[in-house]
Amino acid sequence: MADITTFTQIEKRATPPVQMFYCSVCTFPPEYCEFGNSLSKCKEWLQTQRPDLYEKFYSEEALKAKLGTISQEAQSKLEEDTAKKEAKAEAKADAARKKKLASQVVIKRIERNKRKFVTSIRGLEAFGVDLKKAAKLFAQRFATGGSVTKNAAGIDEIVVQGDVSQEIYDMIAEANEGGGEDGKGGKKGVDILKGVLIDNVDIVEEKRKKDSEQ
Amino acid sequence: MFKKFQPSTDVAGQTPVKSSVQRGIRSTILSLWNIDAETLEEIWPKKESIVNVKCRDHLSIYALHGEPLFFQHFDGPYFPTLRLLHKYPFILPHVRIDRGAIRFLLAGAHMMCPGLTSAGGWLPPADAALPTGTPVAFEAEGKEFIVGIGITKLGTEEMKTVNKGVAVESITYVGDDLWAIQKL
Ligand SMILES: [Zn+2]
Repeated sequence: MADITTFTQIEKRATPPVQMFYCSVCTFPPEYCEFGNSLSKCKEWLQTQRPDLYEKFYSEEALKAKLGTISQEAQSKLEEDTAKKEAKAEAKADAARKKKLASQVVIKRIERNKRKFVTSIRGLEAFGVDLKKAAKLFAQRFATGGSVTKNAAGIDEIVVQGDVSQEIYDMIAEANEGGGEDGKGGKKGVDILKGVLIDNVDIVEEKRKKDSEQ
Repeated sequence: MFKKFQPSTDVAGQTPVKSSVQRGIRSTILSLWNIDAETLEEIWPKKESIVNVKCRDHLSIYALHGEPLFFQHFDGPYFPTLRLLHKYPFILPHVRIDRGAIRFLLAGAHMMCPGLTSAGGWLPPADAALPTGTPVAFEAEGKEFIVGIGITKLGTEEMKTVNKGVAVESITYVGDDLWAIQKL
């Protein structure tokens, strides 16, 4: 039986896939980093990760050889373009960073009935958090209901049943422990909440108005 | 095709594909791509079901365990995703663009004849000519890996003689919005 299996495998074998190695900065195959918008960072990364490939792509000879049939003029144009793209991407990243720094997350404890609370979380999307996934995470963690709903202003927010405001604050803190604004560091399981600046998270309380309807 | 494509807004929904339809897709792919049944089985095992991720403009992306494998526009040919083609580069016939054309391709441009007929480019010889409407992989001058996928707008012999205008329409390339989707 075993022999037959081995035999058929030799007879009809699938072609194994090429093992690809991609740049973890720009996601391209490293030979195409020069066409992306983060060449300096890509080079830095490749030099530490794969010195052999770095040598292959960026040594003096490699740079000369790669000119191929392109003219010196066209090559200069390409390099100029790459530098421009890089500067543009950096300016964009800078603007995104500033925007993040200015964004607020508000965790609100809302009293619905006497001793009945819901918790709303607003503003996580500014930090690149997937609201649906975050709502699911909260619901699972607290074994309660969690959903994404549009508030009166038409802005998506997460609503979780129960008073879990402090717990959610702690989860966000935990996800970003030792992490910078780049979203690195922090713990697994709460990855979804990575990238949020904990200093920008506030807990507020909304008391039920006494004269509102029951 | 994947310029300004955002999964959050451009995906209409995901539907499992009926097994009879899957059989049809499988046999179409086996005849369209240069691939044997064993290798296809490796990529997409018969016992596993793919999901049709329906997107805007009649675009369907077929994914296995969330990983996009191939896609189709209207009822056109099935194109492998570039990441799949990187693993199995032989499934589409190749053409090569010269170094000068690379940055245009990566900016979303279609490929013009001279970029393929110049010294740095390459087209198959007359006895292996490709007709109009053939899905092709773009090699690039001086590079090892495929940089994009296109569909021929002229036969490859015509490209050589006409030598102007669009030769291959760009479908997807390294760094476009489909490339950015690693999981759906
Ligand atoms: Zn890179």
